[in-house]
Amino acid sequence: MLTFLLRRLVTSVVTVVGVVVIVFFLARLTGSPANLYLPEGASPERYEQFNREHGFDLPLWEQFVRFLGGVLRLDFGDSIWQQRPALEAAAEAMPPTLLLALIAMTGSLAVAVPLGAAAARRRFRLADRVITLSSLTTASIPDFWFALVGVLFLSIQLGLLPTSGDATVASWVLPVATLMLAPVGVLTQVTRGAMIDALGSGYVQNARARGLSPSRLVYRHALRNAALPLLTVAGDRAAGMVNGAIIVGTVFAFPGIGTLIVGAVLNRDFALIQASIFIVGVAVVLLNILVDLTYALADPRVRIS
Amino acid sequence: MTTPSGGIPWRLLRGSASAVAGASWLAVLILVAAVLPVFVTEAANHQDLALRFEEPFGTGHGIAYVLGADSLGRPMLLQLIVGARTSLVVAGLTVAISALAGFAIGVLSGYAGGWLDTVLMRLADILHTVPSLLLALAVLYVLEPSITNLVLVLAITRMPVYLRTARAQTLELRERVFVESSRSLGATNARIMTRDIAPLVAPTIRTLAMLEVANVILAAASLSFLGIGLQRPDVDWGMMVADGRSYLASAWWVTVLPGLAVLATALSASILSNWLRAVEDPTQRGAFLSRSRRPAGAKA
Repeated sequence: MLTFLLRRLVTSVVTVVGVVVIVFFLARLTGSPANLYLPEGASPERYEQFNREHGFDLPLWEQFVRFLGGVLRLDFGDSIWQQRPALEAAAEAMPPTLLLALIAMTGSLAVAVPLGAAAARRRFRLADRVITLSSLTTASIPDFWFALVGVLFLSIQLGLLPTSGDATVASWVLPVATLMLAPVGVLTQVTRGAMIDALGSGYVQNARARGLSPSRLVYRHALRNAALPLLTVAGDRAAGMVNGAIIVGTVFAFPGIGTLIVGAVLNRDFALIQASIFIVGVAVVLLNILVDLTYALADPRVRIS
Repeated sequence: MTTPSGGIPWRLLRGSASAVAGASWLAVLILVAAVLPVFVTEAANHQDLALRFEEPFGTGHGIAYVLGADSLGRPMLLQLIVGARTSLVVAGLTVAISALAGFAIGVLSGYAGGWLDTVLMRLADILHTVPSLLLALAVLYVLEPSITNLVLVLAITRMPVYLRTARAQTLELRERVFVESSRSLGATNARIMTRDIAPLVAPTIRTLAMLEVANVILAAASLSFLGIGLQRPDVDWGMMVADGRSYLASAWWVTVLPGLAVLATALSASILSNWLRAVEDPTQRGAFLSRSRRPAGAKA
């Protein structure tokens, strides 16, 4: 178990370093952000001074070495846009996004698992067809569009919810619903598929033959085994919630890492882009380790191999 | 896992009303996107400020304005038609490129093993760790917005799925007896990969690609919505939704209609791939096809 964890940690560090290196070179392709920060018609001397101040005049390899040295000390430099340490700004944006993702993922599982199980029990009958079609539909709704239509109906026309921000509980409703959309659809289908497999397997047939009640059969026996594929997909979707956070940040001006990243890209704030992607990368890697660990705890076969 | 002929069993379609609906929508859309844009692009970009925010379902201004007009008086219907072409081309190319590249690299990686496999899998991990929209956002901001760049970025972010699947299957296949016997007959590695392994991995990749069509349509629309995918005069549905956003309260149709088009297309693709998986899976097929013949009220 310990070796498993150690090996997992080593590959994770390699992955995060890879992400950081790639992002560094990508960001440098955009050229110096001097044009964006200096007033139009600034003198060439001002440009030179700006580039010198922020180290953009050095050869690329030297910028890279300095950058790596900084990363080792967890120093990504100062954000030009926010005028403060980039990592600090990125770290501060994480909690609202994490909370949002946690609520959305819990909600998605709470809706998807019972629906998927119900569909599997009534395979190919009317209830299953309705659930399958609805889950395909929710997974096909463009999230940015759902967010806008939600604003149109619930905020503008009915005046029930605020259009932006995170000040009140009501302002969390649409962002959470937007993030839940795709996971609910996908997880319902995964639950259904895994439950159908489990219900058809020998040990469930055996339990059925012993005369166990159908609900006990479904929830105690089949669902436990269906939990493993569900866990993998849920982990994947949880990591993907950063994508949703970017959309939610754009449409609702909902504070968090999504809004920060969009701002950083638009402002050519290299330090902040790098720090944000670093933090997101670390979060995703930790999440993956957590999923693997849960997997190992739940399934003895994984532990042994 | 395919039918003996290797094709899609279209004749079984009539068993499922939703699959028929999905297939019809996609067929009509592909036809419209292939034929019409040549004739209507000019009219679609024609700005008529007198018809600014013309409401939909009016009949006064001809068929082009039946779905209303946008903030510059451009006819929505024609914009949607031109946008359909872009959206379909982007989705089709992205799926094709990512599937073929992931397929080829995955088989190579799994067959070769060793350091090459390690490096490729690490790269796939890195791609997988950065959320796709974030990666696309960073890359597309650097590159000029264009259809080519949009397709390339989407294809790269979508590739790891195929790569992992193809690799996993290859790892298993290369240990099998028929590969061993090919090798003992003197077949080269290239021949074993292309003749023995690839044909057995291909059906899985095809199923996966069908499944990905809907995801790619949605991902491409998100990028255009964020304003980093395309630039006028290119137009796609995601961009149209973004255009309408500022006028949400006064002109709902500019936002709602293109989003509905994305929804209908992604949903059709999902239904069709779902149906195909059910029909092609021998363990599901029987139950799937006989479901309508089950007497009413019978227990499963």
